[in-house]
Formats: sequence, structure tokens, C-alpha cells
Amino acid sequence: MHELSVTESILKIVLKHAQENGAEKVLTIGLRIGELSELVGECIQHYFDYLSKGTIAEGAVLEIERAPIIFECTECKNTFQVSLSETRDFTCPQCHGAKVTLVSGREFYIKDTTIS
Amino acid sequence: MADIRLIEIKEDILSDNKDLADEIRDILKRHKVFMLNLMASPGGGKTSLILNTIRRMKGSFKIAVIEGDIDSVVDAEKVVREGIPAVQLKTGGFCHLDASMIKLAINEIDLSGLDLVIIENIGNLVCPAEFDTGAHKQAMILSVPEGDDKPLKYPMMFSICNVLVINKIDYLGIADFDMDAAKARVVKLNPGIQIIEASCKTGQGIEEWTHWLEKEIKTYQNSTVP
Repeated sequence: MHELSVTESILKIVLKHAQENGAEKVLTIGLRIGELSELVGECIQHYFDYLSKGTIAEGAVLEIERAPIIFECTECKNTFQVSLSETRDFTCPQCHGAKVTLVSGREFYIKDTTIS
Repeated sequence: MADIRLIEIKEDILSDNKDLADEIRDILKRHKVFMLNLMASPGGGKTSLILNTIRRMKGSFKIAVIEGDIDSVVDAEKVVREGIPAVQLKTGGFCHLDASMIKLAINEIDLSGLDLVIIENIGNLVCPAEFDTGAHKQAMILSVPEGDDKPLKYPMMFSICNVLVINKIDYLGIADFDMDAAKARVVKLNPGIQIIEASCKTGQGIEEWTHWLEKEIKTYQNSTVP
């Protein structure tokens, strides 16, 4: 449901960068969103199409890259990837330590944009 | 055809919100006011926990409450009846409170002499987890009737909170809720989280909760130079 406010932010940031670079048109927007985020990509594109009407970003394609969930073990410093759908076991596969820190999976930023 | 150029942006989508949240923390710092963001599902017991907190702490702490709701003022009215100032934010369909809404509410509160602002976020385990409200600590409630599988379904919420209150423990035995399994799931997502078992109905565990909150307020106030 909060895709709308998120999309407003995306449009605002992209338009700012596009204008600073003298763009006539925004073609693509690269996003990196962590897998822990519940955002729905299709929704963002849908809202974007609506909000960007009449701007130089109208028709731009959002390219969403999901950042995997990666933990680092506090004990042995091993990093390991976890898929939310297949396992709920967040213990370190190397030393079986239970103290782990999330190092990736919460990303939420605009990587780049292509303009002409 | 015009040249196509790639521009690196690397900008956080919610940077505006984060900047505003930092601004709110600056304002609170000037008055040494601690702010808590309380989140839960609808019906988890947010308002009941806030009312219990007020009753127990209002003798020694000056408290205000920010109520977020899609469309009603009933929660704010309950708080005001306890003699506590409350600001009701009607979000009109919005699923979470963000820093811009909290800023509006903070402007309506007299911060001088205040110790604590409690934000009662919108009843939702998804969206509020993504937005920094300017609060110093994040708290959430999981109530027993909701089930012990909620940490599996809403991992982000459980991973960002400093404290979890497992409410309605008077339902244990009636509801299908495995306390050990619930706690193990939460700790795996968030090893540093504090977990408190409580019942707003019987009062069990409320003292442990207010003790945690009082300690956080004092730690914040002692380390803050306005």
C-alpha cells in the first residue's frame, strides 16, 4: 500500500538528477530493493506510469534488482545467504553460531538512470 | 538519435524521510524528549498498552501521545481521558506514519518539560517497518491469538524492533501458541531484541515493560546535551 509514497520519492529524485544532467527524456531507472522489503515491483511501475505523466520521465521503465538476504556470523565472520522461502534457520552454516547480523536484504535505493 | 547516457544516482529512495526523521530527533533533543514508536497488528493491544503505561508512569514522567489511524479519533479520546495530551493523525487510507506526518504532530505538542512521546502507529505489521518516524526506539506487540508464526510472515518488522511485548498471555492455553517457538523465531531474526511477556488485561508483565521504558528514557536523557 505504501508503494505510492515510495514512487513519489523515486520520481522526485530521478527528475532532479535528470534535470541536472540536461536530459530530454528518462529511459530507464535502476532500483535495488532488498528481499526483506515487501514492496511489489509491478505496483511501483503502475504508480510510476501514472505519476510521471507529462514529465520527461513518462514511459520510463523501472528495472528492479532484488538484493539477497545475507547474514554475517558474529563469531567466525562467515557470510551466508538465506532464502526467506526455503528456510527459517539463520544459524551460521560454518560454525553453527546463532549470533548473526544482517548485512544485505534491507536495501532501498535508486542505482542509476539512463537518459537521452 | 540523441545519445543515451547512464547516470549513477545511488540515492536512498527514502532519504527525504530519513532527513526529516533526523530533524525531528534534533527538535526532541533540544527538549530532552524521548520518543517511542509502537507498532502492532490491528487489535494487538497498542491502545491498551499505552493506557496501562500512562497509568503506571504519569506520576513520574510527563507524557504525550501521537495516535495514527486511518479514520477515527476514538484512541485519542481514550488517552485524553487519562489527562494526557494526544494528537490524532488521520491518515485517510495511508498504511503507515512517516516522518512528515510526525513532524506535523510534534508541532502541535508542547515539548517543554515533556519526557516521553509515544507514537501509536497504524495497525499493520508490514509498512510501518520501512519508515523512520524520528523515534529513538521501536517497540512492537505480538498478541497470543495472532499466532506464533508471525515472525516468519513479517520478518522485517521483527528485525527492526528493540523490544517485543508478547501481549494477551492470559490467552495461553486457549490459543494455539507455542511461546518457545515464537521467541526462538524472533531471536533468530533479531538476536539483540528484548522480549517481554505481558497481559494488558491482568496487568501481568506491565511492570517489566514500564521498567524497560523508564530505563530507556533515563539513558537517553542522561546522555543528551540539549
